[in-house]
Amino acid sequence: MEIKVLEEKSKLYRRNILKYIYHAKAGHTGGSLSVIDILNVLYNRIMHVSPENFDSNLRDRYIQSKGHCVEALYVILADKGFFAEEDLLTLCKYNSPYIGHPTKKIRGIEQNTGGLGHGLSICCGNALVAKKDKSGVRVFTVLGDGEMAEGSNWEAFMFAAHYKLDNLCAILDYNKLQITAPNAEVMGLEPLNKKLEAFGWAVRQVDGNNIEALTQTLESLPFEQSKPSFVIAHTTKGKGISYMENVLKWHHGVPNAEQYEMALAELN
Amino acid sequence: MDYTINKANLEVFSETLQFLAEQDKDIYVITSDSRGSGKLVSYGQRFPEQIVEVGIAEQNLVGVATGIASMGKKAFAVSPACFLTARALEQIKNDVCYSDNPVKLIGISAGVSYGALGSTHHSLHDYAVLRAINNITIVAPADNYETEQAIRQAATMTSPVYIRFGKKNMPDSLSGASGNGKHDFKVGRGRIIQEGTDLTFIATGEAVLPCVQAAEVLANEHGINCTIVSMHTIKPLDNTLIMEIAANGKPIITVEEHSIYGGLGEAIGSLLLQNGFRNPFKIVGLPDDHTVSGSQVEIFEHYGISKKGLSDTVLTWIKK
Repeated sequence: MEIKVLEEKSKLYRRNILKYIYHAKAGHTGGSLSVIDILNVLYNRIMHVSPENFDSNLRDRYIQSKGHCVEALYVILADKGFFAEEDLLTLCKYNSPYIGHPTKKIRGIEQNTGGLGHGLSICCGNALVAKKDKSGVRVFTVLGDGEMAEGSNWEAFMFAAHYKLDNLCAILDYNKLQITAPNAEVMGLEPLNKKLEAFGWAVRQVDGNNIEALTQTLESLPFEQSKPSFVIAHTTKGKGISYMENVLKWHHGVPNAEQYEMALAELN
Repeated sequence: MDYTINKANLEVFSETLQFLAEQDKDIYVITSDSRGSGKLVSYGQRFPEQIVEVGIAEQNLVGVATGIASMGKKAFAVSPACFLTARALEQIKNDVCYSDNPVKLIGISAGVSYGALGSTHHSLHDYAVLRAINNITIVAPADNYETEQAIRQAATMTSPVYIRFGKKNMPDSLSGASGNGKHDFKVGRGRIIQEGTDLTFIATGEAVLPCVQAAEVLANEHGINCTIVSMHTIKPLDNTLIMEIAANGKPIITVEEHSIYGGLGEAIGSLLLQNGFRNPFKIVGLPDDHTVSGSQVEIFEHYGISKKGLSDTVLTWIKK
């Protein structure tokens, strides 16, 4: 898909994220808006995953470690044709499979996530098998910045470098805000690039809300032979809606009717 | 009873895995610096492409095993039971059970097998925590035969399973040769070791052997004839067999290498009460206390999980 088309997709996806969160009166608004451009490029430009090949062992794998931003994933999977978009009107409703975190009940989703610090280890197992079997399968995950404090992630960082998993790419949705406060106040991550390089990863930094920059970066994978690739994607929480950007309460804030109309107007 | 103390279930586990791996390239073993303690050195030498070392990182062990299993491989995650089921409990709950990935979790040196190394190395909580998690089978084989069968059956299972055993030499087979229906091992079905008329021991794992020894004393010296069931599968529990046994109204005593809270005994007690059975009932296990120091045998003896301890308990109890 061309860059211009992808950029239009991002607008559509942002509208849909807000639409279904507004309807459900629940969801992780700010993070879904920060991560959506990353998922857009992954699903529409980088990964070989579609409803047609989802039953094939040769599909690329995506596991969303920051499971709470599932609304972003849902709207993309709907757009890809994994399920009917109107199913999302049941988001977070009684007995709906579209709950507030990813589950395998939804076609297109690889693993149930939601507990933080889990996705990368599972990706490591996927990538190791893909390498051993020489299947050409690539494995992707998106991590949240808050969950970088989970020790299990650092176990997995060691593992991926030790086994030279250059078919693995982890992308950090680095919007710099977590539920309580900025990361820098809660538990500082910096200097993150140096830490990850010291752990044996090839690291690139990119504007994670810039489709063209993301595309260029992700199209140059692997960044180095025999090393796992890490993308520090600098994003803005609540990206695209002026009154939500970098405002803590929109972590899981839900717009009221007036705010919803304002948001749609900004996106149109 | 006719049996020979043979080898550790741990060794049987390793031999069985090697047998399976010879024929099945999809068998993967994942270890957390535990291939020595898991008797897997020779497995690793013979099948270097089918063993994955993660280092001392149990959370990653279970996560990586999940990723291997979800690619269609038969993933055996092997680690001391104490670390596997505590340090990596959230990975077991979310990645394995909730996400329904058929990882085979192997808890080695389980219960108080590590003896004097102390409570950091004991797993007396594992049945309890795993019983409360949906979508996992829990197995504790009593002897070499049950261990081999448990590993073979686990390899074919398409849902999560936890198998735990110790490192002390165990009998080859407590009920003689297999082949007789009720003495056969099948995951989810209790195995009758012997049948008697006066009282029933329902035990699991390495606590079955002392029941067999105590039952000999009770029969030979006191004329009390005991049924003994190896309830190797703690979940799903063989409710049918337990209720068939309870129907005679005779006393039932459960024995396990686990806390008296949340394990086999409480599972059986709950089943019996909820189905109207009022048999005299006693749970033997490790009390809710700081565990005494000593070897596995000494700890067993201290808490009455022994030939003398169990026969004395029964005699005192029955006389009341």
